[in-house]
Amino acid sequence: MLAYILRRVGQSVLVLLVVGLVAFAMFRFVGDPVDAMLGQERTQADIERLTAELGLDRPFPVQYWKFLTQAAQGNFGLSYRQGRPVTEILLERAPATLELAFVSGIMALVGGIALGVFTAIRRRGVAANVIMTVSLIGVSLPTFLIGILLIYIFAVELKWLPSFGRGEVVRLGGWTTGFLTESGLKAIILPAITLGLYQMTLIMRLVRTEMLEVLRMDYIRFARARGLREKSVNFRHALKNTMVPVITVTGLQLGSIIAFAIITETVFQWPGVGLLFINAVQFVDIPVMAAYLMLISVMFVGINLIVDLLYFAIDPRLRLDRGTEAKA
Amino acid sequence: MTRLTGLALAALMASTALPVSAETLRWARAGDSLTLDPHAQNEGPTHTLAHQIYEPLIIRDMTGAFEAALATDWAPKADDPTVWVFTLRQGVKYHDGADFTAEDVVFSINRAKSDNSRMKELLSSVVEVRAVDDHTVEFVTDGPNPILPSNLTNLFIMDKGWTEANGAVEVQNMDAGESTFAATNTNGTGAYKLVSREPDVKTVLTRNEDYWGKGQFPLDVSEIVYTPIQNAATRVAAILSGEVDFIQDVPVQDLQRVAATDGLVVKTAPQNRTIFFGLNLGPDDIANDNVEGKNPLSDVRVRRAMNLALNRDAIKQVVMRGQSQPAGIISPPFVNGWTEEMDRIETDVAQAKALMAEAGYGDGFSIQLDCPNDRYINDEAICQAAVGMFGQIGVTVNLDAKPKAQHFPLISSGGTDFYMLGWGVPTYDSEYIFNFLVHTRGEQRGSWNGTGYSNPELDARIVSLSSETDLDKRNATIADIWGTVQDEVLYLPIHHQVLNWGMTDKVGIEVSPEDDPKMKYFTMK
Amino acid sequence: MSDEALTPPAAPSRLRRAWESDLIWSFRHAPVAMAATAVVLILVLAAVFAPLIAPHNPFNPATLNLMNGFTAPMEPNAFTGEVFLMGTDDQGRDVFSTILYGMRISLFVGFAAVMLALVIGVTLGLLAGYLGGWTETIIMRIADVQLTFPAILVAMLIFGIAKGITPPEHRDQMAIWVLILAIGLSDWVQFARVVRGATMVEKSREYVQAARLIGRTPVSIMLRHILPNVLNPVLVIATISLALAIIAEATLSFLGVGAPPTQPSLGTLIRIGQGFLFSGEWWILLFPAITLLALALSVNLLGDWLRDALNPRLR
Repeated sequence: MLAYILRRVGQSVLVLLVVGLVAFAMFRFVGDPVDAMLGQERTQADIERLTAELGLDRPFPVQYWKFLTQAAQGNFGLSYRQGRPVTEILLERAPATLELAFVSGIMALVGGIALGVFTAIRRRGVAANVIMTVSLIGVSLPTFLIGILLIYIFAVELKWLPSFGRGEVVRLGGWTTGFLTESGLKAIILPAITLGLYQMTLIMRLVRTEMLEVLRMDYIRFARARGLREKSVNFRHALKNTMVPVITVTGLQLGSIIAFAIITETVFQWPGVGLLFINAVQFVDIPVMAAYLMLISVMFVGINLIVDLLYFAIDPRLRLDRGTEAKA
Repeated sequence: MTRLTGLALAALMASTALPVSAETLRWARAGDSLTLDPHAQNEGPTHTLAHQIYEPLIIRDMTGAFEAALATDWAPKADDPTVWVFTLRQGVKYHDGADFTAEDVVFSINRAKSDNSRMKELLSSVVEVRAVDDHTVEFVTDGPNPILPSNLTNLFIMDKGWTEANGAVEVQNMDAGESTFAATNTNGTGAYKLVSREPDVKTVLTRNEDYWGKGQFPLDVSEIVYTPIQNAATRVAAILSGEVDFIQDVPVQDLQRVAATDGLVVKTAPQNRTIFFGLNLGPDDIANDNVEGKNPLSDVRVRRAMNLALNRDAIKQVVMRGQSQPAGIISPPFVNGWTEEMDRIETDVAQAKALMAEAGYGDGFSIQLDCPNDRYINDEAICQAAVGMFGQIGVTVNLDAKPKAQHFPLISSGGTDFYMLGWGVPTYDSEYIFNFLVHTRGEQRGSWNGTGYSNPELDARIVSLSSETDLDKRNATIADIWGTVQDEVLYLPIHHQVLNWGMTDKVGIEVSPEDDPKMKYFTMK
Repeated sequence: MSDEALTPPAAPSRLRRAWESDLIWSFRHAPVAMAATAVVLILVLAAVFAPLIAPHNPFNPATLNLMNGFTAPMEPNAFTGEVFLMGTDDQGRDVFSTILYGMRISLFVGFAAVMLALVIGVTLGLLAGYLGGWTETIIMRIADVQLTFPAILVAMLIFGIAKGITPPEHRDQMAIWVLILAIGLSDWVQFARVVRGATMVEKSREYVQAARLIGRTPVSIMLRHILPNVLNPVLVIATISLALAIIAEATLSFLGVGAPPTQPSLGTLIRIGQGFLFSGEWWILLFPAITLLALALSVNLLGDWLRDALNPRLR
């Protein structure tokens, strides 16, 4: 177990280094921050001076090395755009994204499992088939369009829910939360739906498939034959056995939620790290982009690790090989 | 109910002529201010926010005219045209209670002239600033500079004592790796005080009840809540659903919808910005075309033909929904040197084709057009429309639209041969345009001139403008330079941009050509 | 199972025939699948024959008349008097023609991206599953890195880099290839994992061991014996990936890294159209959105059915 964890952690660090290199390589191609930082009145001399000041005239490996050594100390430098330490900005923005991801994730998990179980039990029912088809509509339209349509319906036409932002937030130490105010709770509904819809469909379909397979297993038949109540069979026995792949997929999807938050946050002006990243891309705010990508990678690698360990804990028979389970 | 009490209150206040109404203005626009340090960026949204908190010596009011702010009087010294004398307003206090003095002006101007300042280009002619007494300041320039006041309208004055006490004397230096106090804190003399700020999220300002201009300006807005909303559809949704009271940057296609909504109005005015195409006509051959060994753009007939092919009226009608003013010159109309005659436009595809044939390009050629897609109003759509128009005279244009962060460096580095650019003239004088767009590219001048055009004789005339004190003579030179620019078809002007602000009908304000709402002028019903 | 061990594996053609007839039986009893197939077929044919069907060529800017812009469907334009089935967009392009041409790009990007992901994924999956050891560790760790990075970030990354290294005169066409590369590269892991899993199972079967004993080369074993047996899950993933790829292209275009506006895909059309949602020009958004929905939904439904139909345990 320990050796396994150590090996995984070692691999994770390697993954981070690779990600850092690739991410850093990208910055050379997204644009030049110098023009964005200087105003209309800049002269040729200003451009040269600032390029030198930012170290952008130095060779690529030198820039990367400087970035790595500083990042290792937790120092991502100053945001070109805001002139404040990147770490500070990220910490300020993280609660918004994490709360959004949390609500979407819970929504996807609860809704997905409930609908999945339902469609599996009533496999041939009309309602189940309708749900299956409708759920596909949610994944057959791009996220940004779903978000804009939700805004149009619920904010502009019905005026029920806000179209942008987080509403009033309450500060709790270093954390800001929108969960404690009415406007904050209202504000999270539309973005959470937009973000969680895809994952909900995915989980629902996964639970359904797994349930269908498990329900055919011999021990379930035995349970039924023994006269156990249908509900108990479905939930205590069948559902429990579908949880392993569901946990894997949910874990891996948590990463996707954070990534797709880029789009949701842009549409709803949700002040999280995704919006920060998009702003950084537009402004070529290299320190912010680098820090964001590293943060995301750390999170993903962490999630992967936790999923692996959970796996181990839930079902030791599966050993440590996730590949064999082979789910589409 | 609240509305009624508000009205009653307003009536009550009107009788005492004191602005103490409690009105919150929820304000949204596409981008946020970059920093609170007033000298660290020279950029629209940054200055607009700073204008609520800080004040310069002279400001432009909402029509663009000069108005006294921290200076009450200004004039060149009678016996020495290289010295400007500013008389300062008395009894002004900063938000922390400190007195405003001549010392602060000297300090602030020197700070704005320092290496890390992005405002220093506007002060390049200023050699020295000195305090004569507590309320008089003299600016010494390297030669007579008749337009100095127009360079000062965005140069904010900070309190010397406060800035020094908080270690913010140096304008933020990016490479130093640390933030400065002034980038996140403020202490100005302006009509509004900073309450809280989260960059890109929300900024809250409250009215400065000790403002010197009380009674002189409406000051109806007691609290400002400023939220940037990037996505255009979301921004429009926010005003349609009543979540904000005032938005800048209304997409042109949504103007009608906003105006037709009960309780909302749209106000429109020409902006101080002209959009045009630049052509790399200098080199003997260019990289981004299909003509080998020569540069089709260096033939003035080709440039004239391309100019004639542009159907600016169609762009206005369809792409801009009527919200633009077709342009024949790259200067906005309120700039000194602009004439109606030069701004006239002409579309003639037949003549354009003839010119192309005459130049030896009857079969046309192909070239790449570089265009931003997140900078000007409908920039990408304009370029797309232009591609079709150039296609009609045989010029096959490959459009490469990209974010501004990738577009503008191309112009600085000479990596583009055909590009879109927009230009505003904060000084309201043609010299500014010539310095940046017409003069040969060099260390100090011509930094935005991507045309490769170089005419030493013209350069000499441009340089002469800065020290010419005889205004008639100076204007004659300006007209002369414009003549050359127009004859050479250095640029292909498209239109002067039009600004649109959307607001609830309780907000009373006119659109300013600089797109910089100053909240002290706002009235609230 | 003992059958397989005793007789040499049947020739692929016969195998496939049996497999197909089985599938077709299931297909004939699934009205949803039939409807979905019909929709996909119609759309694909419409896209392929777009130059013949479309009344205009929206990709040739010189033939466009800007004054036709914003014409409502079936209403004459105020300036030119021309009438368009589905109206025109902001550039005066016929929406119907633009959708047909746009679908070509969307489908091409989708198919090509899935093919790329499939080839990479199946090859690496086979190698990893069959060879095991170091090869497997390296391949699966690369897959982990890939999974670590969200698909849209990978795509943005590749787009950024490709744009930087592509010579300017080729950027117009390059965008499409970059999209294919970006979407394909972010999608191969699924194929690789499934194929590796299935390969590991098949590898231990007697028929494979028998083939090895009679001296077949590993390549031949992988291609002729293992590959046909892992095709079912690959087909299911490919179908669902196709829908995902088409949506991914649309999403990327919202982030400004999609097909160029002069040669719009369905996604680019939707990105452009959403700007006119509030202003009343609904047709610019609605028709492309419905087309995309019909396409992606049908492909998804097909994938769904295929998954159930190819899973004998669910019948």
